[in-house]
Amino acid sequence: MSSAVVSTSAALGRPFIFDADLEPNCHPERSGDGAKRSPRGVEGSLPSSDPRFANILPASQLAIRPIPEMAPSGIAEFDALTGGLPRGCLTEICGPASSGRTTILLAALAAATHRGEYCALIDASDALDAHSVAASGIDLDRLLWVRCGEDSQPHQSIKKRFSKSDKTNPAEQRLEQLLRATDLLLESGGFGMIVLDLADVTLEAARRIPLTTWFRFRRAVEHKPTILLAIEHQPIAGSCSSLLLQLKVSSPFSVLFSSRKPVAHSTRSVSPTHAQLLTGLKINVEQVRSRMDRKPACSTAFETKTAWAG
Amino acid sequence: MSFACIYVPNFSIAAVLRSEPELQARPIAVFEGKPPLEKIIAVNEYAAHLSIAPGMTKAQAELCSELVLRSRSPLQEASTHAAMLDCARSFSPCVEDTACDTAIFDLSGMGSLFGSLSKISQAIADRSSTLGLKANIAAASNADVALIAARGFPGVTIIPVGKEAEQLGSLPTKVLFSDRLEGDEKDSADQLLETLNRWGIRSLRALAALPEVALSERLGQQGLHLQRLARGVASRTIVPVEAPLIFEEAVELEHPIVLLEPLAFLLNRLLDQLCARLGSRALATQELRLTLELSNLTGLEDEFENIGIPSESDGNDKAMLKQVAPSLSRFVRQDGGFDSPSSTDQCQRNKTSQARRQASFVRKLSLPLPMLDAKVFLKLLQLDLNAHPPGAPIIKIHLAAEPARPRSAQGGLFLPPSPEPEKLELTLARIAGIVGEQRVGAVELLDTHHPEGFRMRRFVAEVARKAPQKKNADAAEAQSAITALRRFRPPLRANVTLENGQPLRLQCSKKKEVQGEVLWKAGPWRFSGDWWDRDAWSRDEWDLALRNGEAIAFYRLIHDLLGGGWFVEGTYD
Repeated sequence: MSSAVVSTSAALGRPFIFDADLEPNCHPERSGDGAKRSPRGVEGSLPSSDPRFANILPASQLAIRPIPEMAPSGIAEFDALTGGLPRGCLTEICGPASSGRTTILLAALAAATHRGEYCALIDASDALDAHSVAASGIDLDRLLWVRCGEDSQPHQSIKKRFSKSDKTNPAEQRLEQLLRATDLLLESGGFGMIVLDLADVTLEAARRIPLTTWFRFRRAVEHKPTILLAIEHQPIAGSCSSLLLQLKVSSPFSVLFSSRKPVAHSTRSVSPTHAQLLTGLKINVEQVRSRMDRKPACSTAFETKTAWAG
Repeated sequence: MSFACIYVPNFSIAAVLRSEPELQARPIAVFEGKPPLEKIIAVNEYAAHLSIAPGMTKAQAELCSELVLRSRSPLQEASTHAAMLDCARSFSPCVEDTACDTAIFDLSGMGSLFGSLSKISQAIADRSSTLGLKANIAAASNADVALIAARGFPGVTIIPVGKEAEQLGSLPTKVLFSDRLEGDEKDSADQLLETLNRWGIRSLRALAALPEVALSERLGQQGLHLQRLARGVASRTIVPVEAPLIFEEAVELEHPIVLLEPLAFLLNRLLDQLCARLGSRALATQELRLTLELSNLTGLEDEFENIGIPSESDGNDKAMLKQVAPSLSRFVRQDGGFDSPSSTDQCQRNKTSQARRQASFVRKLSLPLPMLDAKVFLKLLQLDLNAHPPGAPIIKIHLAAEPARPRSAQGGLFLPPSPEPEKLELTLARIAGIVGEQRVGAVELLDTHHPEGFRMRRFVAEVARKAPQKKNADAAEAQSAITALRRFRPPLRANVTLENGQPLRLQCSKKKEVQGEVLWKAGPWRFSGDWWDRDAWSRDEWDLALRNGEAIAFYRLIHDLLGGGWFVEGTYD
């Protein structure tokens, strides 16, 4: 056991500096009349003349981070739930296939391009459909599309090209291209929205993106009017995202047919297949986390319609 | 009325020094002719101190080890001449192209812009220095007086009105003739000078003092004309010409370049000169054309270690490279560039007497907007050359810029931010180096019903574009969200079990989650097109619902009617 003199506030009967309820130099047992509990804050505990404590503020007096500006997403129900998409922040939209991620993505891009902003879409899986883009009303002249792919580097050095041991994982190649392109676009600036499309990237590959990378992306857009949006299968950015939304098709089998009657729990359709028509999907959006406000998780639903539904 | 004259002395040497300023303090000689009869045509003062003189053969000059020999380059001289004219035109629209080394221009009205005659002359000298020209500048009330003064006096000279004869008197008679005369003109001039020398007339003052009648009897009208020039009383009007706007710079290399880094150094110099010339004419450029003359293609496989192939390649790599070496000559014929497929590399082979094959490697850099930033141009060229290396040593570099009016756009206070064009162009070039040139850009729909009827085109952030009207934005917001399709590229081949011609069960080997019993289906919808073309297509489309874990996913299944086979084209998301 150490023979050093233990000198702490508790040992000497002095209150801790952050004990807001106790008066200074007042030990509960020695005072006799009990501890005087003062509602004063820390400043009351600190000698005001001591310059060491001039810049210490209690947490309750710290400046509140301003709420970022919200931009419309193009879907009224979505905006009613979240207030829109925050500028200068990272937003994650997660969900399985056919949960409406790409629909929301294209609606947001359409709203942004209609506001006159330039947008960039970094497509890890090269999955964007040009006709869906046009049908969504996106201004094609304002959308930059970066198509990642494992055969997208035709100008490698000659050694690499003819190397016998070229066995780079295609998924890793795509992710590397996506991350490098995102870095370049964030550095370039001037874009109103930058979208990372990771929807078809396997969860195993997506989780290999280090959190430091997401942190760097978030810091890159922090004081800019750029919306950074990532769509993926499951959340992967951790606490770096300011808004996290989970999507799903609202019921196990809800699809809107031409008769506008949802068919639930129906495994086989008895009507002729050519009489069936996929007219849209019903999407459920749940706000899992939002740093803009501290309301409990809530959800909303909206309907989409296909381009041929009229 | 005032005139100014720009005269570049020792023009051939000046052209060399403009492209290689590091040779300024070294003895230089320029030779011309066909080997082995090459002769020295120009030397600088350092070479003159070493007793090198014009007329010597190249072999004689090579005996001097300190001497730097350069072949006469018509292209370098042309670009130097163009730079001189650009300098003149940046001060006056009325410029006479008197000779390849001389330009005379009218200074009328320049006083209000530049101030006094001395300030104008100094500004001209500064501008010519910026363009890499070491020129003599002279200003006078008479075009011929300015010309003679520029030939005779180094630096900046101003001849006051009425003092022409007095100021020009000390000059030798040879300044009355250009030192670039050739043929009969040169013979006639030499004869006249010899005659004057025999008479003891060696200065303009002495020539001006000769009696006119006696001079005309002996030398005729030409003699009288020379006397008027010596007195400074000859007057003529200058003949301005509007030269075509050609901005080209070139440099021929003493030793071939095999690495891209020294090439970048030379490109930087050429770009600085080009941008300075464009800037002096208040122009920008929207297209750069780089032509590299390559050499020694027959020895291509031996050059590989010098053009970026790591020298630490093991023996197996080198053997493999030698096998594919002949096929790599396609580097000089690749299609590419920013305007693909319209721009192509040109390959021109010229067999010289030494049986040494040469080829030209051409790259065209098209910019979305007129720009004038040498650093941006250099970076873009570097990125392009990294992606499309020449593949052989470089012996000559030629850079041309297509002039264009600079863009004039004024940003608005209430316009949304947009990317800076220069920065965006660099970013797009870098991204193209990562993902490929055809995989970054904007989407352009084609006039076809083909499902993949689109192409990638250049993405341009036009600053002058106005933001769309607010009512369109509101209308966009009011529109229902359109169900999007996510494509699989390439489409996934599927094994489909049919029942009564309809898909019953589906299985994709490449994507495990796309399989299972079909829960719901709609279709088939038949699409076909381009039946008149080689790329005809015909297919049946189905919309399916499959179970994906605990959820349901919707896919588009296609049946290729021409090639057969079932494919999952994408998922509705």
